[in-house]
Amino acid sequence: MSGHDQHYHHDHEHQAVPHDLTLRVKALESLLIEKGYVDPAALDALIDTMENKIGPRNGAKVVAKAWLDPEYKARLLTDAPKAIAELGFLSAEGESMVVLENTPQVHNLVVCTLCSCYPWPVLGLPPVWYKSNAYRSRAVIDPRGILKEFGTALPEDTEIRVWDSTAEVRYLVLPERPSNTESLTEEQLADLVTRDSMVGVTKL
Amino acid sequence: MNGVHDMGGMHGMGPVNPETNEPVFHAPWEGHAFALCRALRAFKRWNLDQDRYALELLPPAEYLRMSYYERWFTRLEKQAIDYGFITPEEFANHRPDPTQPKGQPALTPNMDQAFISRGLPPTDDPTIPPHYHVGQSVQAKIINPTGHTRLPRYARGKLGTIHRDQGVHPLPDASAEGEDVRQHLYSVRFSFQELWGPQASAKDAVYIDLWESYLEPA
Repeated sequence: MSGHDQHYHHDHEHQAVPHDLTLRVKALESLLIEKGYVDPAALDALIDTMENKIGPRNGAKVVAKAWLDPEYKARLLTDAPKAIAELGFLSAEGESMVVLENTPQVHNLVVCTLCSCYPWPVLGLPPVWYKSNAYRSRAVIDPRGILKEFGTALPEDTEIRVWDSTAEVRYLVLPERPSNTESLTEEQLADLVTRDSMVGVTKL
Repeated sequence: MNGVHDMGGMHGMGPVNPETNEPVFHAPWEGHAFALCRALRAFKRWNLDQDRYALELLPPAEYLRMSYYERWFTRLEKQAIDYGFITPEEFANHRPDPTQPKGQPALTPNMDQAFISRGLPPTDDPTIPPHYHVGQSVQAKIINPTGHTRLPRYARGKLGTIHRDQGVHPLPDASAEGEDVRQHLYSVRFSFQELWGPQASAKDAVYIDLWESYLEPA
């Protein structure tokens, strides 16, 4: 494309389009279906995948397994894509993946300041707050302020590592296992693991 | 480009407002906008970095005002025309022009899982050796390209340490121009005090994934 074409001409290009997004999306979708470029069943299948099949429950299973199985945890920390694939989770936004272990000394927090990069296979699509201007701007300069807003109190001497996902490497935080959970099964442990703890804004 | 999308370290964006029991999509149009984006991206008429650059080119005030999927969908309307799926007349009239050729879907119902894998090239390319090693001190270059880049402004000119070699990845600045340049990518550690000054935490650090050509030896 030429440089000229790369600019948006809102007043010109959009004046005939309904401003309501529901109508705009319907209009373009109908056009693309009528022109043969889009199969509506494929749209439905993809929406169903994102709503029902991919989500933080996947990540929670990875975390619970790592808590119980030291060998799995070692594999997860050295070659995360392979260890995650062992559980059958593999899709976009996760081909290059690094798992970051929280400890009493080190707390990890993940952000994408430039857009919205997020580990889809294990967490699904990101929540609105992760994509918000507030989170993206502040996570790298005021992580302790953000943690406080999530109700997460960290001792002053805990080292915070903020990971800015500027490339195709996706990050998943391995939260610390809560105390008094020795008697729980892997499934029960997975139920304790929240999405926010795997982004690093909360502890468990 | 020095766009408003590059927000690391900015002030004034307000508190983070997490939503309880947040749905994946907040309205049906969001899910459809998302799926339409993937359905057209499956034609591979543009790549990931061209996709990102197209968002960065949204006028800054619009970018800040729009919701996430509104940004995606506004980009998609432009891409559908720019990459020849529909003509400006079809877009304006909401009706296909019968003289225009018809297409075939690139995204089909049974390939949604396979499709959303982005098919990135392998990261373990032994023909491209790394120029930096773990532990080495580096400086992020001071550059201000008007095109797409993934070197955030808050890191430019700052001193850091190579934390990890992430293997070989396509350079976004080149990919956005349709060129294939592959380089080692490194996770680089920058201390808070280096980034934000002596009053910042002495313990905390930001780790940023940076391509080789964003760095120079320090």
